Amino acid sequence: MAELEYKIIVGLEIHVHLATRTKMFCGCELAYGDMANTHVCPVCLGMPGTLPVMNKQALEFSILTGLALNCQIASFTKWDRKSYYYPDLPKNYQISQYDLPFSEHGYIEIPTEDGGTKKIRILRAHLEEDAGKNIHTLGNFSAVDLNRAGTPLLEIVTEPDMNSPDEVGALARELQRIVRFLGVSEADMQKGHMRFEPNVNLHITRNGEVFKTPISEVKNLNSFRAIERSIAYEVARQLHEFKETGKTLQMGNKSTYGWDDDKQMTVLQREKEEAHDYRYFPDPDLVPVEIDDAWLGEIKARLCELPIQMQQRFTKDYGLSDYDASVLTADRATAEFFNATVKQGADAKRVCNLLTQTGLKLANEKGTTVDQLGITPENLAKLAQMANAGDVSATAATAIFEEMAAAAGNPMQIAEAKNLIQKSDAGEIEALVDAVLAENTEAVQDAKTNPKKAKKAIGFLMGQVIQKSKGRANPKIVSQLMNQKLTS
Amino acid sequence: MTAKIDEAQVRRVALLSRLELSNEEVAQFSTQLSDIVEYIEKLSGLDTDNVQPLAHCLPVYNVLREDVPHPSLTNDQALANAPDREDEYFKVPKILDDNSGA
Repeated sequence: MAELEYKIIVGLEIHVHLATRTKMFCGCELAYGDMANTHVCPVCLGMPGTLPVMNKQALEFSILTGLALNCQIASFTKWDRKSYYYPDLPKNYQISQYDLPFSEHGYIEIPTEDGGTKKIRILRAHLEEDAGKNIHTLGNFSAVDLNRAGTPLLEIVTEPDMNSPDEVGALARELQRIVRFLGVSEADMQKGHMRFEPNVNLHITRNGEVFKTPISEVKNLNSFRAIERSIAYEVARQLHEFKETGKTLQMGNKSTYGWDDDKQMTVLQREKEEAHDYRYFPDPDLVPVEIDDAWLGEIKARLCELPIQMQQRFTKDYGLSDYDASVLTADRATAEFFNATVKQGADAKRVCNLLTQTGLKLANEKGTTVDQLGITPENLAKLAQMANAGDVSATAATAIFEEMAAAAGNPMQIAEAKNLIQKSDAGEIEALVDAVLAENTEAVQDAKTNPKKAKKAIGFLMGQVIQKSKGRANPKIVSQLMNQKLTS
Repeated sequence: MTAKIDEAQVRRVALLSRLELSNEEVAQFSTQLSDIVEYIEKLSGLDTDNVQPLAHCLPVYNVLREDVPHPSLTNDQALANAPDREDEYFKVPKILDDNSGA
């Protein structure tokens, strides 16, 4: 059979843990990896007679994210109960938002391969509570840990606007960068702070007619690689299934799959005969929320320039490569620190190198961000200027950066105190060059007359000069003088 | 008169709620639930064209809490009323067809 023409259609459901200190509806502290059932209280244990109270920070984090995703924020939103029958949420319902989510109708811009962007529409974003964990290691029993039960969870649903595994991966990465920029989530994939559920199907064209394959929902993916691979796998599987059976999408014809990371394949979990009946109804325990203009304005003021916009600005205005710009905009602290330093008049590429090569390494070692290293943008700008002017070598600039982080201070003073100022005075360097040339007649001979050995000999002579200057001679000037003298 | 809530609906809701009902109970609940729905249907007689749907019966909004931790229960307190435990975990009958997850 000839290869069929097809288009990949993917929509995403994304769950994001919010970086609040406490749970959504009670004051239990959020903790990852602590002893089981030590961050629980009567509310999140689902005890009768308890009442949930909304976490204001969680709501504001959600609204901030909704704004960043260009959503319309509802002036009135409420809470609903979604029936749920697993012991990791012992109330037997999940508090969620059904018909009146706090935000709807937005979009997210994702980077495309050609350096441009593509808009993916957001259907809605609502707030809910996470479940605990069921652990199936006890044979005929299961163990339940409710530490996670009640964690504020932002659910974001996109329209089916993505058409390749790469686009879905790009959206996942972009969303991670956005929520980190906003400071609303740590978005640590390994800790399950972000979980993805793609809905995948194909529009296959055969003899001029379009056939839609049944939709697969792949549950609970928590790595970018798993997202991309599971979609690629589903595309191949659905194509094969269509060729074999000709099965197409009927109303509500949707199956749930899991991703087996060891076997690198999707595994059928259940076929939905009809839309699942969660029997939502308004939660009488929680009063609705009204978001007025004043409150919304206050939250809007906390918005920042989004990473993708910053990245584009850095390539356009500062001539940085897309790669450099993406490293700088991976987190907000680095991006804003870079921005502030360049505004002091420093060369962007030099600042970028100092920050990405030395700054990020130091910040990583100290478990902090580059703006917390004790270095001001003013001083970093000065250091960049010194390096560009040839006052200090690139190696010395790194050492000065490290010293500035260790003991604070002004780069010029550090350079002077540590004897790191490069000698650029031609007269002074010329004397050194002359001395070295006089002391090494053999190498000079090779450099002048033996093409096989010339390169090595010049390197040796350069090294001697630098050594004589105790590493402080500006190599550029040494090289210039050396060349003049050897060719004269 | 046909029942407002027929036996098939009762069986369906029972399944969704993981309830096991006898045939007698299914018949009994069908009658009872139908009576309740019929009674409530009196409300349909009201003109609600200009009435906003009610989200909550209290005229109260924005009951919010600051994001400040409160002490949680200890592990032993949390498990004190549990029918069964395994170390620091609640121990429950094996979950079949686990499609849990928020």
